[in-house]
Amino acid sequence: MSTHTHTVSHGHAAHAAAHGHDDHEHHDTGGNTVFGFWVYLMSDCLIFASLFATYVVLVGGTDGGPGPKDLFELSFVAWETALLLTSSLTFGLGMIAMHRGKVGLMYLWLGITWLLGFGFMCMEVWEFNHLIHQGYGPDRSAFLSAFFALVGTHGLHVSAGLLWLLVMFIQLKQNGLTATNKTRLACLSLFWHFLDLIWIGVFSVVYLNGAL
Amino acid sequence: MAHDNHAHAHDHDHGAGGESHGTVKSYLIGFALAVVLTVIPFWMVMSGDFSRTVNGVIIAVTAVLQMLVHLVFFLHLDRSSESRWNVNAAVFTVVVIGIIVAGTLWVMHNMNVHMMH
Repeated sequence: MSTHTHTVSHGHAAHAAAHGHDDHEHHDTGGNTVFGFWVYLMSDCLIFASLFATYVVLVGGTDGGPGPKDLFELSFVAWETALLLTSSLTFGLGMIAMHRGKVGLMYLWLGITWLLGFGFMCMEVWEFNHLIHQGYGPDRSAFLSAFFALVGTHGLHVSAGLLWLLVMFIQLKQNGLTATNKTRLACLSLFWHFLDLIWIGVFSVVYLNGAL
Repeated sequence: MAHDNHAHAHDHDHGAGGESHGTVKSYLIGFALAVVLTVIPFWMVMSGDFSRTVNGVIIAVTAVLQMLVHLVFFLHLDRSSESRWNVNAAVFTVVVIGIIVAGTLWVMHNMNVHMMH
């Protein structure tokens, strides 16, 4: 493990060794960046709050078309939830590997995270495609407009997270596990866990309540 | 590198705002709690054995609990000093969300009552 770290982040070993001692300036900068990113996440929370409120107001407006009870398959949503929740765990394990300097293990966990996230997006795109082909696209009723807006916004965020993770793989390959890359990964991990938290709201408000 | 590991084992002692991170154990505990809090509402709704009211209450309670579990075990919000500002921002956000959601539902409900009937 020790040799592995040295080969991948060669030239940053000095930084890693000094991390506990006189590197406070670096650490503080990273901490401020992560806090700034947290503030962005809180504002993103408000976007989702508005979309949730819109959905709850419009859920009854089906215009004679299908309602949530007619459209959603709970076992399908349970699998989506399992993928996203497991990806949150694997991202966390990847971050722990990163903090311990185990670069190979970090790549493994983050790779699994990406695949789980990609699986989630495949399922969601399949569901959207399925609904639209049945004639139940966002133009069918107010309920479906609100549904596609809310769940689609979440899906766009997850897609952005997947793209970001790919970019991180490239940056890690090029620059190694630098302090900057560690801060970027810390922000991305917050983003990823945050999206999983929003999904709790989605499956509770849209799918589970819709099945009642 | 042994030294590096040692330094990070105590990472809750140093570091500025917003960068505390958990342990394998805390992630596994959080994951287990999240799984339980997901399985309960899905199982209750899918079994069809429970009334609409019971299901609605259980869905709401397990959702809020699971969000708290995620905040504590995955997003590392706790009472430590390094996450104090994160907690402040989160509490402020929750208040604004409460105003947005409750206000919207209240106003729109009134509109419906006055215009539809």
